Amino acid sequence: MKPTTPTADLVRGIWRENPVLIQLLGLCPALAVTNSVENALAMGIATFFVLLGSSVLVSSLKKWIPGEVRISTYILIIATFVTVADLGLEAFVPAIHKELGAFISLIVVNCMILGRQEAFASKRPVGRAALDAIGTGIGFLIAMVMMGGVREILGTGSFLGFSLFGPNYEPWVVMILPPGGFLTLGFLLLVLAWVERRRARSAKPDAAMSGAARPETARPDAGTPDRSAA
Amino acid sequence: MNQNVFWILLSAMIVNNFTLMMFLGLCPFMGVSSRVGTAVRMGLANIFVLTITAICAWFLHNFVLPYAPYLRLISFIVVIASMVQITEMAIKKLSPALFRQLGIFLPLITTNCAILGMALWQTTKYDYTLIQGLFYAVGAGLGLTLALVLMASIRENTELSDVPSLAKGTALTLIIAASLSLAFMGFSGLGSAS
Repeated sequence: MKPTTPTADLVRGIWRENPVLIQLLGLCPALAVTNSVENALAMGIATFFVLLGSSVLVSSLKKWIPGEVRISTYILIIATFVTVADLGLEAFVPAIHKELGAFISLIVVNCMILGRQEAFASKRPVGRAALDAIGTGIGFLIAMVMMGGVREILGTGSFLGFSLFGPNYEPWVVMILPPGGFLTLGFLLLVLAWVERRRARSAKPDAAMSGAARPETARPDAGTPDRSAA
Repeated sequence: MNQNVFWILLSAMIVNNFTLMMFLGLCPFMGVSSRVGTAVRMGLANIFVLTITAICAWFLHNFVLPYAPYLRLISFIVVIASMVQITEMAIKKLSPALFRQLGIFLPLITTNCAILGMALWQTTKYDYTLIQGLFYAVGAGLGLTLALVLMASIRENTELSDVPSLAKGTALTLIIAASLSLAFMGFSGLGSAS
């Protein structure tokens, strides 16, 4: 693993390697509980807490975790934090806890969290692991609120419970039902791909031209600059 | 009783399809659904793990968890992880060919949210008996397999068709999943009439 700066550790997860929109990890909660912004926020914050806690713990225990049983150890650590989050939500916001139901417990099997432990926290000092967890957690929260916002605005005509379009708006009920989740994420990915392509085109017109002339050599050149620019 | 069990199976399989209506087990749904053959095998492995987990979850729920309710999540995930490990070792010993075909997806069943979700719903939401739980698990597994196979057969066909280059890959898969999910919504309310 090549060394990175603390800022890069923090910023990377927020957008350029956004867990949901770019890496497509943690899709189950991103689709299942984003039928309103409120649920999406609660889920995002709970996941953020679990990710931060387990990253810090895994990173500080990394010397004592044997390699053969590391995955089970990570899962146990994550499950402990999820239990804390579950009981905490039940105590403070029982209404939301009831709405989210078993999906809070299902944070355990969110591949994004396990992925961060395996790929980052188990190899880095505690501070860096915490920064990475904060960045990834914020990235997850952003993706959740984007999904929840689109689905709530289109599906009920309101945002966080405030009516937006007046009484004549006919809500697209399907958006808050299961198909709407798949559809919203699909179209978000389409929009992102479109934006990415436009930016690549306007940033590197000459690279694209030389890519057409010499495809073998120019393709990696055309690929890397927009990754670092984004 | 018999009809009850039948409805549990049908409901877990079609009306409340785990993948398309409850968003559980999306990782294999996106990852392993490019070939019908792999999809079927993945589905069968899932049915097997689901069934064993259902039995273990029922025992834990009735004999251990009354004394320590806060251990539910931790004990379930440990049981699932060890069951997957045992399944993996058994398949490796009995059928090395199948083991090679399943590859990385076998250990990944541990983090398939459908398994943990099924165990949690079976015990906390519905409080099924052992027999009902078994039917619920098999129904859930059949539902997963059904969704996987449907998705894989559609994706095998879209490979040859001319789709906009922007939509290639996950975006297209998600939009197909949305239409499949719409179709499954037609089944909702199936059991409530009778």
